[in-house]
Amino acid sequence: MNALVVVPTTTWYLMLSAVLFTIGTVGVLVRRNPLVMFMCIELMLNAVNLTFVTLGRRLNDIDGQAIVFFVLVVAAAEVVVGLGIIVAIMRRRSGITVDDLAELKG
Amino acid sequence: MELFVFVCATAMIIVGALGVVLRKHPVHAALSLVLTLFGIAVMFVAQHAEFLAAVQVIVYAGAIVVLFLFVIMLLGVDQVENLKTEPLAGQRWIAGVVGVSLLGLLAAAIYTGADSVISRGDGIASNVVGDNPDANIQQLASSIFSDYVMAFEVTSILLVVAVVGTVLLSRRRVAGKP
Repeated sequence: MNALVVVPTTTWYLMLSAVLFTIGTVGVLVRRNPLVMFMCIELMLNAVNLTFVTLGRRLNDIDGQAIVFFVLVVAAAEVVVGLGIIVAIMRRRSGITVDDLAELKG
Repeated sequence: MELFVFVCATAMIIVGALGVVLRKHPVHAALSLVLTLFGIAVMFVAQHAEFLAAVQVIVYAGAIVVLFLFVIMLLGVDQVENLKTEPLAGQRWIAGVVGVSLLGLLAAAIYTGADSVISRGDGIASNVVGDNPDANIQQLASSIFSDYVMAFEVTSILLVVAVVGTVLLSRRRVAGKP
């Protein structure tokens, strides 16, 4: 390989998805708006998807992409149900942070 | 060339992700999320997963983020969150420690496990390389509809359950009716 041409390796992609996953984790821990916390969970899911595709390419196997397909479907279902729960909770109380939702009582 | 694509997409992903975490306004956070999702789609194309890149843009940027924006507008929760106050003492600090240690853990796992990955599959067909323009989609479809057809069917059940559950959850209860 030419020394001047640097090709991103598998490790680079994996490190990027590790950084993305960490940002998502810190976001879930720090933010208090339930919608923004949900978006941070989406960040973590995308980091995992990137890992699947990268390792599928590295292993030379299509299964990595097939799994990402199912992860996308499950993520869509999860977002629909989660937003439904958030809408149902928000409709009966006005607080916008998760601190207001600390009790299970309706 | 791949390096250039990688650097640009990485910048998009990181800036978008930091925007989701740091922007005060939920609408701005959702728009930053779109930036990250497009960066991930670019990464998918760079790794010869063209079909998944299209699905990523359609499902995530097209459906999920729009759903987020709908809920933000519907609930009127687009107030600016006060990021200065810290309701739990030391929460930011502990979250930073957790983040740094998680990143260190993942990096250590990646670097120690890098050599143990052995190519074992049958190869990935790409749309770019080769003369069949639909190679990636055909290979993915034959994998999903032969090896993973059971998981595919279970996925359809999951979607039906999610739709019914959401309708039940977000239904407005009328007095006197169950």
